[in-house]
Amino acid sequence: MVNEEGVTILRVQQAQYSIREMIQERKQKKRIQIERFIPSILSLTAAVSILTTLGIVFTLIFETITFFKEVSVSEFFTADKWYPFAEAASYGVMPLVLGTLKITMIAALVAVPIGLATAIYLSEYASEKTRRVIKPILEILAGVPTIVYGFFALTFVTPVLRSIFPSLEMFNALSPGLVVGIMITPMIASLSEDALVSVPRTMREGALALGSTKLEVTLKVVLPAAISGIVASIVLALSRAIGETMIVSVAGGSTPSLNMDVTTSIQTMTAYIVQVSTGDAGYGTTIYYSIYAVGMTLFLFTLVMNLLAQYISRKVREEY
Amino acid sequence: MKGRQRIMNMTLLRTSEAFNMDKTVVSQLSKEKVYETSQLNLWYGEKHALKNIELDIHQNEVTAIIGPSGCGKSTYLKTLNRMVELTPDVRTSGEIKYRNRNILDKSYKVEELRTQVGMVFQKPNPFPKSIYENVAYGPKIHGIRNKKVLDEVVEKSLRGAAIWDEVKDRLHDNAYGLSGGQQQRLCIARCLAIEPDVILMDEPTSALDPISTLKVEELVQQLKEHYSIIIVTHNMQQAARISDRTAFFLNGEVIEYNNTNTIFSRPSDQRTEDYISGRFG
Amino acid sequence: MKLIDKTIVAKKMPIRLVRNTILKGLFFLATTFGLLVLGILLYRIFAQGIGYLDWDFFQNFASRRPEEAGIKAALIGSIWLMIVVAPVALLLGLGTAIYLEEYAKKNWFTSFIKLNISNLAGVPSIIFGLLGLTIFVRALALDRSVLAAGLTMSLLVLPVIIVAAQEAIRSVPRELREASYGMGATKWQTIVRVVLPAAIPGILTGSILALSRAVGETAPLVVVGIPMFIAFLPKNVFDTFTVLPMQIYNWTSRPQEEFQSVAAAGILVLLFLLIFMNSIAVFIRNKFQKRY
Repeated sequence: MVNEEGVTILRVQQAQYSIREMIQERKQKKRIQIERFIPSILSLTAAVSILTTLGIVFTLIFETITFFKEVSVSEFFTADKWYPFAEAASYGVMPLVLGTLKITMIAALVAVPIGLATAIYLSEYASEKTRRVIKPILEILAGVPTIVYGFFALTFVTPVLRSIFPSLEMFNALSPGLVVGIMITPMIASLSEDALVSVPRTMREGALALGSTKLEVTLKVVLPAAISGIVASIVLALSRAIGETMIVSVAGGSTPSLNMDVTTSIQTMTAYIVQVSTGDAGYGTTIYYSIYAVGMTLFLFTLVMNLLAQYISRKVREEY
Repeated sequence: MKGRQRIMNMTLLRTSEAFNMDKTVVSQLSKEKVYETSQLNLWYGEKHALKNIELDIHQNEVTAIIGPSGCGKSTYLKTLNRMVELTPDVRTSGEIKYRNRNILDKSYKVEELRTQVGMVFQKPNPFPKSIYENVAYGPKIHGIRNKKVLDEVVEKSLRGAAIWDEVKDRLHDNAYGLSGGQQQRLCIARCLAIEPDVILMDEPTSALDPISTLKVEELVQQLKEHYSIIIVTHNMQQAARISDRTAFFLNGEVIEYNNTNTIFSRPSDQRTEDYISGRFG
Repeated sequence: MKLIDKTIVAKKMPIRLVRNTILKGLFFLATTFGLLVLGILLYRIFAQGIGYLDWDFFQNFASRRPEEAGIKAALIGSIWLMIVVAPVALLLGLGTAIYLEEYAKKNWFTSFIKLNISNLAGVPSIIFGLLGLTIFVRALALDRSVLAAGLTMSLLVLPVIIVAAQEAIRSVPRELREASYGMGATKWQTIVRVVLPAAIPGILTGSILALSRAVGETAPLVVVGIPMFIAFLPKNVFDTFTVLPMQIYNWTSRPQEEFQSVAAAGILVLLFLLIFMNSIAVFIRNKFQKRY
């Protein structure tokens, strides 16, 4: 279009275009200037997670220190009774720790074999169709609120167990222990299955080509290769069991003791904290601060377990 | 067995002299057949991957299978030890006779077949165990527990794979510390440890450097004295270098199968000639 | 010379094959054990609770008499809790995820944040209750309010949202970002206009998972001091309230047998709520699953 008007129009358009460009540039410049602050603002939100950890650590430390002004450290760790409500109060934490350990051990006896067997089945034997049905069901099991499990323990598992073992008390360690085990089984199954599935297929092929049965491939080649991931998953699941609260509060009772009996009432660290929180302990009393001391103990336990699990799973990445 | 073999060799020598024939051709005429494949068809779901394969593998020979990508050579190799069954949706028809028994019959247990037929894979796949444990794995799962026997088997296999001298002082080190070429020879040793009859090799040197490749090729030439070897390769020069017979696969069919010399100098099919001269593939 | 005694091999073969079959069966049984337990659990709760699920149940407040007990306060309370948790956890979690995926440099500080987040994910929920009690209830003087409870729960579920959002942002293909930059867009423009919209399904799914967790947790709220027995609805976020799991805990702990059935009914309401929320998540995931 090279007529008179055409040339003019083109030139006007060119002029308009360059003005548009100038406006854009200025907008972009301002935008870029403002956007320089964005990473800083966002890092503040990231800092919240750090603040949370700091908050937890400092809260626990400060209130525990206050507790230890009233109760000696040696009594806390060496006394053999936890009777905070008695006239002659005794604050030995070991009975609570033992209660937690009883639950965790029973849970492990249930969850490790069943979880591992499930992981093996899903990773080595199950067809794609079966896996697609079972994995969501496992996820559902993992998402059931713990109070529901607590209800299940008290109203179903305990009566059933008592009909088999008449000497079992209404509140005991066995019933919540089993149910906590059921609760953490999907965790072991899912994480262990991830570990098994990540073993390269060619390793299985190599073993099969030597005339192994599928069982031999699984137990002698795949499982040993995935062992770090599996152990890490078990440690994580046990850490969860240690921190479990509602199941043991509902079905475990509130009688801390140092005996090895699983048929009598117990109290875990978590259940004690619930007991005080639902009770009338006033702010500032020793009992009030005792929940922080117990909470600190609980926190240290799970922290060690979680760090251990992270350390173990880091070793996996080094191996391949 | 040794005496009979010697008599046979003498007869062959005289026969070939009498008839002025290529010695290899004459010796090949009287070899026992290890595998006889008849009317083998294989489908991956809807895809017809192997079409009416007829192929006989002879004892104490190196048989090479060549062809362009996707022609079915690896698939065929994997039917010989039924590893192809690991893929879902696989269907076969026809017969593969290993020493006169049809291996495709459901009653023939794969674990039994694989004690006689070993496999070496494209990428070395040692177990994350010690060198010793890698080699001893096979005999151990098959019930050999005697430590003395195991030690002997491990040494013999590592020697047989031409890697003994390199690892004899670190048998209990992790196999992952070895180089790629060493790992592949370790896998060969692992295979030899169960004293198979046939060794299947699926492009065993394609992931290796040239020096390791050469070592493995030398190894194959030594091994054929005691084993029958079937090697899939898409390196034609390799096939020409080390094999006695070569089969050319194309689109799931055997186009031509003959002595290696004949295939590479006077192929009968135009497609074979095209492939060999690099016109496709 | 053959070293391997093939007769031993032949002898062991059948035992090995039998063992293979038996163990395969055992592994399968173990897998179905979980399904079995879930089935029994659901059946029992359903059988016990369904009788008590009538319109009155939703209209009434809790009561000393089981037949008059209702879930209104707890259900509304749970919804109030979600109203607080959703925006707080989403903003903080999304912000952190964007920072980690788009802006943070690979230094020790960033690794420290990531380590910190995965550690927080493993802290027992009751500890968050202790944190909430000290900081929100006492130090910030929020008392046992919806706000205190909501903030506590937001911190608890924060790692869930962060991880889900990180995954979603990470899985946005590079080509989309490059296309945006190629047109002269700035980083933030790209994030807001290209990356986040593409990552919405994953982010939403993660948020709903986090909310499900917040709705089902009891322990932290117990410590914060949320009452188990309340006969009114909260008027604003500074009011006190109760939630579904607390109410269920209350009913479960009552000695009268009839309250067990009421608790079962409460559990059914809680489970329906969770199923509803998770169905939305699955629906969103399927609907917006773009195949790149």
